[in-house]
Amino acid sequence: MTSGQKTLDQHTVSDEIIRCDVIIIGGGPAGLAAAIELKRLGVADILILEREKEPGGILRQCIHDGFGLQRFHESLSGPEYAARFIDQAKELGIECLTDTSVLEITPDKKVITASRQGLTTYQARAVVLAMGCRERTREAICIPGSRLAGVYTAGVAQAYINLKNIMIGQTAVILGSGDIGLIMARRLTLEGAQVKAVFELQPHANGLPRNIAQCLNDFGIPLLLSHTVTRIHGKNRLEGVTVSQVDENLRPITGTQEYYACDTLIISVGLIPENELSEMAGVTLDPRTNGPLVDEHCQTTVKGIFAAGNVLIVHDLVDFVSLEAERLAAAVAVYLENDGVPAVDDRANDTSDKSRPATDCPLNAPAANCISIEPDRSIGFTVPQYVSGRKDFLLSMRVRNPHKNCTVVLQQGSTVIAETSLRKAIPAEMIQIPVRSADLVSREKITVVLKYE
Amino acid sequence: MNRTFTCIMCPTGCEIEAEIEDSGDRTEDGPVILKITGATCIRGNAYVENELKNPLRIVASSIRVTGGNYPITSVRLTAPVPRARMMDVIEELRKVRIEAPVTIGQIIIQNILGLQSDVIITRHIGRRK
Repeated sequence: MTSGQKTLDQHTVSDEIIRCDVIIIGGGPAGLAAAIELKRLGVADILILEREKEPGGILRQCIHDGFGLQRFHESLSGPEYAARFIDQAKELGIECLTDTSVLEITPDKKVITASRQGLTTYQARAVVLAMGCRERTREAICIPGSRLAGVYTAGVAQAYINLKNIMIGQTAVILGSGDIGLIMARRLTLEGAQVKAVFELQPHANGLPRNIAQCLNDFGIPLLLSHTVTRIHGKNRLEGVTVSQVDENLRPITGTQEYYACDTLIISVGLIPENELSEMAGVTLDPRTNGPLVDEHCQTTVKGIFAAGNVLIVHDLVDFVSLEAERLAAAVAVYLENDGVPAVDDRANDTSDKSRPATDCPLNAPAANCISIEPDRSIGFTVPQYVSGRKDFLLSMRVRNPHKNCTVVLQQGSTVIAETSLRKAIPAEMIQIPVRSADLVSREKITVVLKYE
Repeated sequence: MNRTFTCIMCPTGCEIEAEIEDSGDRTEDGPVILKITGATCIRGNAYVENELKNPLRIVASSIRVTGGNYPITSVRLTAPVPRARMMDVIEELRKVRIEAPVTIGQIIIQNILGLQSDVIITRHIGRRK
């Protein structure tokens, strides 16, 4: 914990810049997994900055079980899953400053924080963005009505009940079929509230099928697809909502209004990667994911700034966040050693292509030097959005609409370089396809096509 | 008769179809199952068999903590209990009050309501300073 001593002592010296190899912004599952893996790879000088009072991120309030099935092959609650990483980070002597908010990151990787010690400036060699995501609010979807009490996003409701022991209402409806909304439907029911219905704007559910089964069906809570809240009633406290059916263009259909008396409205209408700091650092965002554009090393368009977890793309399972952060750590370790990310697979030794030295990090000029990946209209996005073509990578994507018996095909020109057949593909489940660099046939762009009947 | 289930054993959420005998002859172990299809792992078949016989669920909730740096800690069951008994478990948990500190894995109630499942702490709570 030598770096810990250093930083704490120097907090009093406000104009001094504290040097650090890697600064990780956020002590949630992504930040913790990245830190632990970095330490294992021999990187000693790591600092995690966390704005909350303790690390763990959103897992602290996710008390239901089902976490860790992929990563640990057992079903843990959120706090237990987080504790495995927190305990390990402690054992490894990784420093995590809590109650510390990052105010700014500069493109040359200065990080300015505010804490009880005042303002502190750090100079990092590499920065890991692990800020996670935040919820879309009632305001984001513009539901008319007065600004009264009783309207909560699902995550806020979860924090009140699971962290603060404050019950939020007695009769609830839920807008949006995202997983947190479904989990809260069950939680509220178990805590004695009546959950009348879940309304989903889209013609398909957004949460995982297992959550619809165990959180709604188990308790007889109806899920009404192609429905939305069109009016909020009440003055100081919510008294009811008007719900309307929507047409195929998601517009409310006049004459379908129905009134639901309730004192609580839970909003679970999507998550947005939290990238204000990334933008300050000059990182280019992908309008499709709302997260940074990255290559297969999780490196953003700014050299030495990496991103993993929900800040990059909203994942459906924390297990995948941890795995992604660990892959990121491997790239950051290489970056620190070489002052750049060289292509690290066998092709780096392929001397036939003399115009491209093995160390040409694609990240300096991503557009010119990289193979871009372009999904078709059935697939919303891919992460990474471009690759060096010299290293095997895992391609993540989601379909826009549910399909049965479909095939995801990756092509360069007319050559198929990878394909995966799926019995079902739904927007709630991220699809991940491993791609071998040896299968690439050119420097041409990779197109991702969904084939279905 | 065919019945469709969404498996809850893992996030894959397999859609599993069970063909059961129409006669309505229910044995003690639920209806007679003729065929189960659609599961991508062995846990799926076991899940559907349980669903037809006696659906089982894990319960997670909170209990009150005194003298801690938080007012509550989270708990869960170590083994699933009959779905119909979930509310009874919740009622039992409401009665519990525990003194901080508590640590993850600590057993709070052994064999709750005789259902062969323990209630364990899932979040460390330190003593209030």
